[in-house]
Amino acid sequence: MRPSPSWLLQLAVTLLTAAFLIIPALQSILAGFTSNYFRGLSSGLTLKWLGEVWDLYAHSIFLSLWLAAACLFFTLVIGVPAAYALARNPGRLSRVLEEFISLPLAVPGLALALALLQLYGSMSGFRTSWAFILVGHVLYTLPFMVRAVLAVLLAMDLKTLEEGAATLGAAPWTRFRTVVVPNALPGILAGALTVVTLSIGEFNLTWMLHTPYLKTLPVGLADSYASMRLEIASAYTLVFFVMIVPLLVAMQWASDRARRITQ
Amino acid sequence: MTLIIKNASKTFADGTHALRPTSLTVGPGEILSLLGPSGCGKTTLLRIIAGLERPDPGGEIRFGNEDVTRLAVERRNVGMVFQSYALFPNMSVRGNVAYGLKVRKVSKAEQTRRVDEVLALCHLTDYANRPVTVLSGGQRQRVALARAVAPRPRILLLDEPLSALDAALRDSLRDELAAMLRQFQITAVFVTHDQVEAMSIADRVAVMSKGTLQQIGKPEELYRNPASPFVARFVGNAMPMMGQREPGRLILKGGELTLPNDAQPGQAFVRAENIHLDPEGALRGTIETVSFSVGHYRLGIRDVTDDILIATHPGRQAPRPGDTVRLRIAADDLLFLVDKNGQTT
Repeated sequence: MRPSPSWLLQLAVTLLTAAFLIIPALQSILAGFTSNYFRGLSSGLTLKWLGEVWDLYAHSIFLSLWLAAACLFFTLVIGVPAAYALARNPGRLSRVLEEFISLPLAVPGLALALALLQLYGSMSGFRTSWAFILVGHVLYTLPFMVRAVLAVLLAMDLKTLEEGAATLGAAPWTRFRTVVVPNALPGILAGALTVVTLSIGEFNLTWMLHTPYLKTLPVGLADSYASMRLEIASAYTLVFFVMIVPLLVAMQWASDRARRITQ
Repeated sequence: MTLIIKNASKTFADGTHALRPTSLTVGPGEILSLLGPSGCGKTTLLRIIAGLERPDPGGEIRFGNEDVTRLAVERRNVGMVFQSYALFPNMSVRGNVAYGLKVRKVSKAEQTRRVDEVLALCHLTDYANRPVTVLSGGQRQRVALARAVAPRPRILLLDEPLSALDAALRDSLRDELAAMLRQFQITAVFVTHDQVEAMSIADRVAVMSKGTLQQIGKPEELYRNPASPFVARFVGNAMPMMGQREPGRLILKGGELTLPNDAQPGQAFVRAENIHLDPEGALRGTIETVSFSVGHYRLGIRDVTDDILIATHPGRQAPRPGDTVRLRIAADDLLFLVDKNGQTT
């Protein structure tokens, strides 16, 4: 069968769009391996810039990983019980609370950071510690955790499951541990991957809150663009890609899985 | 173990009286059925017994000599089978059945022994390691029952355990459930809206309506001697014969019935199985509808009384809609009932 003209047109548009999006990324990645970007590929390929990125920004990578882990811990500890409470008490108050938790999604990160600075800026010990950035990240990522867990909890008959466990002799904490959490696991996993991805990639808020000694991965990226050679910034982008893309893929997978359960 | 309920009532936050003060006693090993239409308070009463709802002040629930009114559900040691089964989807059949033993910290060896025993009783041995999510409705129902009885509860509560199954399965599982319940020899309370289910499984049936216990008794008693028009209608679908009562006879639109001398006052009721087609019959009516149901015809007959009367007709041939027929109703088969409020309907 001969391809129809409209099919060819669609193919051309798709390929062009893909090229438009992918070529700059490829160019940037290539730049990270090029000895001298201004002389082009003829200057030869090198891993030198990657090494420099590691020397200059290794602490940013570790800080981001540490912040993401801490952020995940707190969103789990706060978010899972919060989602559980919202799921168990459906009512107008719960809807209002849910909206409140979701508020950081609507408020720009900069405004959120400004509010944190106004409130805690004078507590210099806190202001200059990584915990300050952590507070920002938890505020920003918490709604994602709550919503992911809540969606899964609302999809099952949580009340009856818990009543079943109660008649079998399980006290409230046992019920939470053996019935609620295991059944909410797909939602918790989706939420966790979202939180880690967002925390590692978060720039707006972190840029306002960071100090020269506390640069996270994206803040370091901005810094490298502003003050380093283009090759180093490009190599940095590559490092960023390598860290964030597997997380994004995993997040997509986990969210799809959780969505299948809620349907 | 004897279950004693004294003056239990339940008023919800919005002021609805789900259950009016109710007292009843269920003997050791007895199977009691709470029968009534939806919203009659039967599930509320069951949940009060389980400890999932707290009765209004003044109510009391006793398990034998122990007052459990204030005891939390997880300490009551009851077994409950939920309408939706509420099986834990994250566990296998074995995991579900063992759950109650596990949270009670029963030893591993004893757990295995008892789970195996209950699985065998409920014909689930072959499915022990399957996830509950792949089971059929009937298998899930048996897992729910096995899970509830495995910890040897003091009392077994079942909330419409067969209503989630399709009709064919329900019929075969009804007898199976009755047999299993007798095997366990546990005091059991069983909620249903299906009179056939209540009658065939329970030792005694408590008929409820609008939050009130209407009558309690053996299935035969309820059928033969209903205490109120509601019970007569709900158990065995008795139909009112609207007409004029005169000494010794009942004058209806379609003729006259001679009443026994000792007939009680009140509204006369009759059941479909007691209306017979008979060319010599005293009543006349016109066939409105004819339908064939397993083994007999169901005839809708008008003009005998105000409402349409349903008659079951076992013959090989049925009259056609529009035919005029004569009917015979034995005087002994009439029920005479007075509503508690004094009304005759």
